Parts: sequence; structure tokens; C-alpha cells
Amino acid sequence: MMAQIQQEDKLNLGAKKFSMWIFIFTSVLLFSGFISAFIVYSGGRGHALQVIMPEAFRYSTFVIIFSSVTLHLASKAAKTLQIGKQRMYLWFTIILGVAFFAIQIYAWYVLAFKMQIFFSNPNASRSFIYVFSGVHLAHVIAGLLVLLNAVFATYRNIPQVRNIFKMEMASIFWHFLDIMWICLYVFLLLNQN
Amino acid sequence: MSTLAVHDHGVVHHEDGHEHHHKATFLNTYVFSQDHKYIAKQFLVTGIIMAFIAMSLSILFRIQLAYPDKSFPFLETLLGHFAPGGRLSPDFYMSLVTIHGTIMVFFVLTAGLSGTFANLLIPLQIGARDMASPFVNMLSYWFFFIASLIMLSSFLVQKGPASGGWTIYPPLSALPKAMPGSGMGMTLWLISMTLFIASQLMGGINYISTVLNMRTKGMDLWKMPLTVWALFLTAVLGVLSFPVLVAGVVLLIFDRSFGTSFYLSDIVLGGVPQPYEGGSPILFQHLFWFLGHPEVYIVIMPAMGLSSEVLAVNSRKPIFGYHAMVYSLIGISVLSFIVWGHHMFVTGMNPFLGGVFMITTLIIAVPSAVKTFNWLATLWRGNIRFTPAMLFAIGMVSFFISGGLTGIFLGNAALDINLHDTYFVIAHFHLVMGSAAIFGMLAGVYHWFPKMYRRMMDERLGYLHFWLTFIGAYLVFFPMHFMGLDGVPRRYYAFTEFESMKRWLTVNVFVTWSAIMAGIAQLAFAFNFVYSIFWGKKTVQNPWNANTLEWTAPIEHIHGNWAGEIPTVYRWPYDYSKPGHDEDFIPQTVPFSQTMSSNLPHDFEDNPGGLEEYTKWTNAQKANEAVK
Repeated sequence: MMAQIQQEDKLNLGAKKFSMWIFIFTSVLLFSGFISAFIVYSGGRGHALQVIMPEAFRYSTFVIIFSSVTLHLASKAAKTLQIGKQRMYLWFTIILGVAFFAIQIYAWYVLAFKMQIFFSNPNASRSFIYVFSGVHLAHVIAGLLVLLNAVFATYRNIPQVRNIFKMEMASIFWHFLDIMWICLYVFLLLNQN
Repeated sequence: MSTLAVHDHGVVHHEDGHEHHHKATFLNTYVFSQDHKYIAKQFLVTGIIMAFIAMSLSILFRIQLAYPDKSFPFLETLLGHFAPGGRLSPDFYMSLVTIHGTIMVFFVLTAGLSGTFANLLIPLQIGARDMASPFVNMLSYWFFFIASLIMLSSFLVQKGPASGGWTIYPPLSALPKAMPGSGMGMTLWLISMTLFIASQLMGGINYISTVLNMRTKGMDLWKMPLTVWALFLTAVLGVLSFPVLVAGVVLLIFDRSFGTSFYLSDIVLGGVPQPYEGGSPILFQHLFWFLGHPEVYIVIMPAMGLSSEVLAVNSRKPIFGYHAMVYSLIGISVLSFIVWGHHMFVTGMNPFLGGVFMITTLIIAVPSAVKTFNWLATLWRGNIRFTPAMLFAIGMVSFFISGGLTGIFLGNAALDINLHDTYFVIAHFHLVMGSAAIFGMLAGVYHWFPKMYRRMMDERLGYLHFWLTFIGAYLVFFPMHFMGLDGVPRRYYAFTEFESMKRWLTVNVFVTWSAIMAGIAQLAFAFNFVYSIFWGKKTVQNPWNANTLEWTAPIEHIHGNWAGEIPTVYRWPYDYSKPGHDEDFIPQTVPFSQTMSSNLPHDFEDNPGGLEEYTKWTNAQKANEAVK
């Protein structure tokens, strides 16, 4: 019995979930760092952005919102023990995540080659478009790994507690990425003049 | 209940084999250990080694400052082309001050201090079996270790380590061609710091999550020792401020390697105008100091927490003003985020904004003074035991006062015009955050050494170490105030070229010899530390008669800290010399029902049942008295 109590103590699923929230918090601070840098830079020196955002960003926004919906469906399926359905929706989410990634890269292509808005730019406000989306993409890679971890877990016969835990971790992180991108995109739209 | 337990036990074997298989191998016991007590020791030893390295660097540049025209052949033997003809080259001098600062601030006083004591004390003092995620905790150490190696490896680079100062302001840090250290050395600095920040975030997230989620039964926030409060708030500061430094450093890397101009503008390099336009180097300073100022509290707050505990234990008195101590820690934490501008008074900042930063800065004097007076009041009429740990804790208070007072001068936007970037600043922060923090750390090492290594450190060597270091530190840093007031600037290679500064040469010689003496004194510590690990006197379970939970854990280290159930906590950690009790300490695990003779009405503020029992007991006592 004693050993089992110890094992329970060591799993600490609640504490680990809490750690994920703190991590989200640090990410928010990272992006706030960039956003305040943008504000200080473009406000302080009169460097307006003056870039109309490429259409692709709008599509990618729809895609990542849609991926949040499928992830929510996967969580619902997991809670009702419909493992097949959960797996399917998770794969949908991952595919949409990859699509989001691809569209962002395409948006960079449009920015650089069609609109001649380069990363290395005398007006660093414009470089910030790449910084915002690039750092967000780095997070998306991590998010995809978390999702893959959750989907692979469904192929092994793990207890429901662990399955729900993995789904919750993935959901917190992925929905955060969704919301963060919307914030960044809206911020860029508001500042595009 | 038991079904649940069995179920979880099954989980363990399927899923988390890497965490719970108790097959102890050499690798997972002594190298990649996930036990918080062992990770604490890894942080401590790495921190001490880095401290010795950084101290040796300082002695090298002190030799240059004392004897700018003399040549020392051993320097050439030691440093090769960095010291041609036995004299440090100016570029290498800059590298030395940069790496000395970086290692001391980040690797010793951030990772070495919080890393050691947060790992050791958080689980043991709140009554947890380990950290929230032992695996991430282990990663935190190894990221720190690799960061240390990379930082040191920059000495092996042809052109030398980073040399733009520990604050790495652009443009020097952003243009690889700006000076020799801005090339490969700067790149390594950035890689090392990126890993370091990752390590700090992993550690900090763990510490916060552990403190908030894993306290044992009865351990509410207001029963936590001040050490845990300080380490917790330190972790919060780190988690809030390090990401912003990442933002600043990422933009710097883009400027260095991808041709952007976030920080660069109107640069002419070797007569050739550079293509950068429109950047703002001041932007970097904002991002840097938004981390940088909380960083100095990340350095000092653990030292404050450790000293509070050591002072209370060795004065045999409750810490004076426990709640005020916690609220002032919280106050310092909050204020630390709105004062960063005081590092930038002379960057052409709007004087009105400077005034705002000046006011917030000076307000920090209030919680700092509250803490200082509370420490002094704790000592007042205490039954003081002068253990080496106690001496170092008192030393910490001394340095915090003498260094803190000059902070009031420097926080003043008008005075700062004169004092900025002079030796006055050097004196200020070496006393208030350098010496004070290292003394807090050493107090912690002497005090918790028996918990870490199950043996005691030698007391006499401890006293020798204390007095030589204490006197040495004052002799080194106090004269610098006067140099600074006279306008001697920091980071200069030699002062012999300036007529007005020549007369300070004799003082520099004095300071250098004091530094060498204080440096040699550290060998007493190094010897004591290593010797005691292997041959020190064996300790008893609670050598200092302290109340906190770590001393209820067995001397032998076991995975999970307590063999049976984790002890329950009934009282705050500072019941020292409580009137009416037969011993001068009552551990947190002793319930009030066992200490009827020493209970007081306010012990039962939120416990009506207990109060009733207490009243019954006192009435019975009174009745007995009446019968007699």
C-alpha cells in the first residue's frame, strides 16, 4: 500500500498540467516581448508598417481555427471512450496543423517574392511580420509534436487517465497556439497602415 | 481507494517506466539522476566551480588595473596570445570583464544559487517526494551544464570570448566585425545563454508548480518557511522576465546573422558605411533591462530567504515580522518589473519618464528596509549561536545595508548623470547583489551541508573563511565608491593615460591585493567543502535544532525523501524559544495537543475547536492553582 501511495504521489498529473499553464504563460510573455518591441520601434521612430497582409494569412487563420474545432471533437470522443473517433479527429487536427504551417510559409513566399517585403529590411517593422509568424511557427512545430504524442498514445493500450491527461495537455497547448495566432494576426491588421 | 491505487500502479509500469523503475544504475544515480537532492548537489558543485573560474578571471584583470605598465611573463605562459609580452591585451581585458560578469550573475548567482537551494529545499521543506516533473528537472541541470561548457569554450576561440560587457549592448554585439570578441565569441555567448534560459525556465516552471500543488497536509502558504517563499517568488520572477530576454536575444541574432536592422542604424565600420537603417539600439536596452532588473532580484531574493531562515534558527527566535517579510518579498517582486528604466537614465530618456522610474526605484527602498529592520530585530536579544552559517547570514545583512544605501544615490535620475558607468556603480552592485548574494549562498551551504552530504563542515575553517572574505570584500569594494565619485569610469583598460585618474593607481594596487587575499581565502572554503564531503564529522538528524520539515527526513537519502507517510504540518516554522515549552524549538510536525503548556490564544486564530480545548485546559490549570 505504501509503495502505491508513493507511486500516486509521483505521477503528479495535476501538477504537470499546471506546469503546462505556466509554460503557456511564458510563451505569452515572449510574444508580448516582441509586440512591445514592435510598438516601441514603430512608434518611437515613425516607422509605420504600410504592408497589406497577404491573403494567405486569412486562409491560415481559418485553417487553424478549424483545427481547434477538430481537436475539441477529439477530446469529446476521448471522454466518451470512442478511441477510433478520437484518433481520427486527432489526425485531422495534425493534418490541418501541417496545412497551417504550409500556408504560413506560402505567405512568406508571397511577401518576399510577390510583394518585395523582405525579412532583412531597413524598416524593421516589416521584419517583425516574419518574426511574429516565425516564432509562432516554431511553437506550432512543438504543438504538432504534442499532438503526435497524443495520437500515438491511442495506439498503445494506455489507461484512460493517461489518455485524458495527454489530450488535455495537447488541447491546452494547441488552443493556445490558435488564440495566439489570432492575436498576432489582428495586431498586424490593426497596424498595417 | 485501493482499486485506484492498484490501477495507477499498472500505469506506472506501462507508461512511465523511465521514472519509476527503481533499478539503480551508475548512470541514473550519479549522472542523470532525477532525484531533486542529487540535482541540487550537481547545481551546487557546478556553481562553485564556475564561481572559482569567474573569480580567477577577476584577479587577472585586477592585476592589469594595478600594474598597467608591468609585464608578467607567467601571464603569457598562461594565456598565450591573449597576453602578448606578459601584458593582457586590451581586447582580452574586455573579454575578461564580460565573462566574469556573465558567469557570476547568471551561472553562479542565478543557477548556482536558486538551482541548488530550490532543488534541495522546495520538496524537503514543503513535504513533497520530489519535483512536479523530475525528468524536466534533470533536463534543467543538463541544459545548464552544457551552457556552462559552451560559455567556457569561448576561451578556446582564436579571437577570444565575447567582450561587449555582460549586457551585450548592440551595436558592439550585433556586428561580428565590431571588435574581436564580437565574432565567434559572441555567437557562443548567445548559444550558451539560450540554453541557459531554457534551463532556467524548465527549473522555474517546476519550482512554481511544485510549491503550488504538492505541499503536504497542513502546509498552507502561511506555514511555509521564508526560504520557500523567496525561492518561489524568485522562480516567478524568472518565468516572467526570461522570455522577454529571449525576445531581445532573438532579434539580436537576426541582426547579427540575417541582415535585419532591429537595433542597427547609421553604422560606419572601418570607414565603410553599412547598409543598416532605422534600427534602435535603445530598443535592446529596454528588452534587456526588462529582464535585467528582475534578474538582480532573482539573484538576491534566494539569499534573503536563506539568511532569514539561518538568522531565525541561530538566534533561537521567531523571525521578526514573518508576514511583513513575505509581503515585502512580494512587493520587491512586483516593483522589480517597473524600474528597469533606471539603468537607462542617460540614454536620452524623456526626463519625465526618468522621474517616473526614479520614483518606482526609490519605493523599493521601503520593502528592502522592512526586511533589513526585521533581520536586525530578529537578532535583537536573541540567544545567538555564531555558527559559520550564522556569520555569513549576518554578513549578508551587512552587505545588503552598505550596498543598498548607495542604491538610493544611483536611483536618482539627476545624480546618475554623474555616477553612471563609474566605479560607484561597480561598488554598489558588487556589495548589494554580488557580496550579499554570495554570502547568502555560503550561509546556505554551511547550514544545509549536513542535509546534502550527511556530514558537517569544519567550523574553524568556516570562521577563517568568513572573516577573510568579509574583510576582503569590504577592502575591495569600498574604495571603489571614492573612485566613482571622482569620475573614474568602469570597463577601462588602464587609467595611466588620464592625468586626472593617475592618482588612483595606488588605490588600485590596494584593491588588487585585497582581491588576491579574498581569493586565497576561498581556498579554505574549497578545501573544507571537499574534505568534509568525504571525511567530515558525521551529522545527527537535526544538527541545528531547527523546526523545518527537511530535518524530519532521515539522514540517509532515500528516493521520495520520507520512508513512510509524509509528515503532517501543524504550525508555522518559527516556534523558537516559545515560553512554556521545555525545549527552545518546536518542529512544524508537533501538534498543538502535545504542547499545551506553551500554546497561546493566537495559535488558534482559525481553529475554534482548538481554541475551545485551549480555554478548557487553561481553566483547568487555573482551577488547580486555586486549589493549591
